[in-house]
Amino acid sequence: MINIEHISKKYKNADNYSLSDLNLLIHEREIFGLLGPNGAGKTTLISILCSLIKPTSGSFSIANLTYQKNKNQLKQLIGIVPQEYALYPSLTAFENLKYFGSMYGLKGKSLENDIHKHLEHLGLLAFAHKKIDTFSGGMKRRVNLIASILHNPKVLFLDEPTVGVDVQSKNVIIEFLQELNKNGTTIIYTSHHLNEAETFCSRVAIIDHGKLIIKGKPQELIDQSEGSHNLEDVFISLTGKALRDHA
Amino acid sequence: MHKLMASAHKEFLLLIRDIGGIAILFVMPLVLIVTITLIQDSTFKTVSDAKIPILIVNNDRGNVSETILKGLEESNSFEINIKDTEKIAKDLVFKGKYQLAIVIPEDLSLGLEQKVAQNVDRIIAKFGLEEETNSSEKSISQSKEVKLYFDPATQLAFKSSVKNGIDKMVSKIETQSIYKAFQEQITDDPTETIFETENYITFKEILPKENNKELIPNSVQHNVPAWTLFAIFFIIVPLSINIVKEKSQGTFVRLRTNPVSYATILGGKTLVYLVVCLIQFVLMLSIGVYLFPAIGLPTLDISGRLPLLFVVAIFAGLAAIGLGLLLGTIAKTQEQSAPFGATFVVILAALGGVWVPVFIMPKFMQTLSNISPMNWGLNAFYDVFLRHGTLLDILPEISLLFLFFIATTLIAIVYNEKKNAV
Repeated sequence: MINIEHISKKYKNADNYSLSDLNLLIHEREIFGLLGPNGAGKTTLISILCSLIKPTSGSFSIANLTYQKNKNQLKQLIGIVPQEYALYPSLTAFENLKYFGSMYGLKGKSLENDIHKHLEHLGLLAFAHKKIDTFSGGMKRRVNLIASILHNPKVLFLDEPTVGVDVQSKNVIIEFLQELNKNGTTIIYTSHHLNEAETFCSRVAIIDHGKLIIKGKPQELIDQSEGSHNLEDVFISLTGKALRDHA
Repeated sequence: MHKLMASAHKEFLLLIRDIGGIAILFVMPLVLIVTITLIQDSTFKTVSDAKIPILIVNNDRGNVSETILKGLEESNSFEINIKDTEKIAKDLVFKGKYQLAIVIPEDLSLGLEQKVAQNVDRIIAKFGLEEETNSSEKSISQSKEVKLYFDPATQLAFKSSVKNGIDKMVSKIETQSIYKAFQEQITDDPTETIFETENYITFKEILPKENNKELIPNSVQHNVPAWTLFAIFFIIVPLSINIVKEKSQGTFVRLRTNPVSYATILGGKTLVYLVVCLIQFVLMLSIGVYLFPAIGLPTLDISGRLPLLFVVAIFAGLAAIGLGLLLGTIAKTQEQSAPFGATFVVILAALGGVWVPVFIMPKFMQTLSNISPMNWGLNAFYDVFLRHGTLLDILPEISLLFLFFIATTLIAIVYNEKKNAV
């Protein structure tokens, strides 16, 4: 489904590569977790796959399509849930969703029905006509998610979709994503919540300093790593305990 | 088309949710136009209760000083205060208490009378009408100086106009004195009219006519188009902030992943902000037509010109929007776009001739003025408002404004594509 070949990325004026010769194959209908410490290169990789930034070298394809040749087709195929709330604060949830749905060519009653369906599913129907700037962090995350899946994308990229939300919101989001996956959506997500990734992802890759350290099914990685009882142990054993602060 | 209309609808919603922004967009230009017109109108007409207080030191106390004082009083522009000494007057002016002090020298009337009499005597003698006197024996009166003290803060235009006025007054007094001296030499009867002292050469301003009615431009006809254009161009500030905000709040990132072109996103903004420009324009015209006469200003005459005025407003609005789109695309923060946008509009206005007419600018600035879209807009408005031009007359200006919109928008699109190319 997603074939990443020798992708490298070095930002202007940066001393080091954010991604270095990364190769990865993500299969259709997988829930693939991209894990790594701060500054490991997770968001950079997702941004490249969503055509937000250009790789310094290497190539990738999604469903055998590339941005160079099939830009609009590919954009129609993917959805992205950015780490920031990419919503207009002064518009209501419904207005935001209607606008972003329209950008995929969706319109009329069908779009409105879909918006209502998803809002209801994520417990937001009562707030459909409230402005986003009155929403809590968890509510904004859920609207942010709906805005990315109205067009039924085949591939959904999520950059830390549960960061800063309460347990209830997190569970609703995870259940919603699992249902999407059951209906055929391939999910690629980044997270710092390793327990969440362990139960949620069918496969994970741990990247650090822009390089792929390891990949595989969570349980296989735990089994392979001596003395590890969970994914967090594996993560610490591979990336170390040193702080990863970046200025 | 659906995406364009959805974008326009979103822009409309964003705009109406920002009440403070709307107030600034619509109210501030109105405040600006009323204030400027009120100030400038007083320079177009004589207002009795707006006399400039000036000081006079009259050391002459003769006919000439009386005539000067009478002339100043009759001009209805000055409130005359008499001071005893030059020093007092000078100190008051240099401290900024008064803008002008006029010091009339001692024996000005007597000196002028003597000088004219000497000259007339000589002329008469040359014609052999009188015995020639030995001119070398008579001392020629020295020329006298009327001193003008201006407050250093006084503007040059005011100084020039006062100097010209006094110069004209003095010339007239001299001429009349010469006529009077001749009259006294030629006849003993002071009631006999020998010379016609009225000016032979006079001026008449010929104004354009419509239906045999003379069209007299007033301060409102000048100010409304100029400041309306200024307000229209100020749209670049909120528009560029709108674009920068989208970048900072993350919605632009989402839009970049959506199958929608940057041109469509900008198209939505263009439609809504063009409507904003036109509403601004209608409000400005309404102020000119309805409010100005109510507060004692001349009425804005738009009769028969409304369609053409709207044509100019649309194209001027497009040019301003193009500039706003470009600025918003290039700027990274609101701190960059807002001050730059505001200052740039002021520069464009200055270059465009909103404050100072282009024809009095230095040559280099006149050339620069030709590339200011505000100059094209202002000329088009003046063509319609003051020169009663047709669509054909304004075609060059509105074409330039449209080309400017196309060019700036294209640069914005290309810049965005280059910057975000994958």
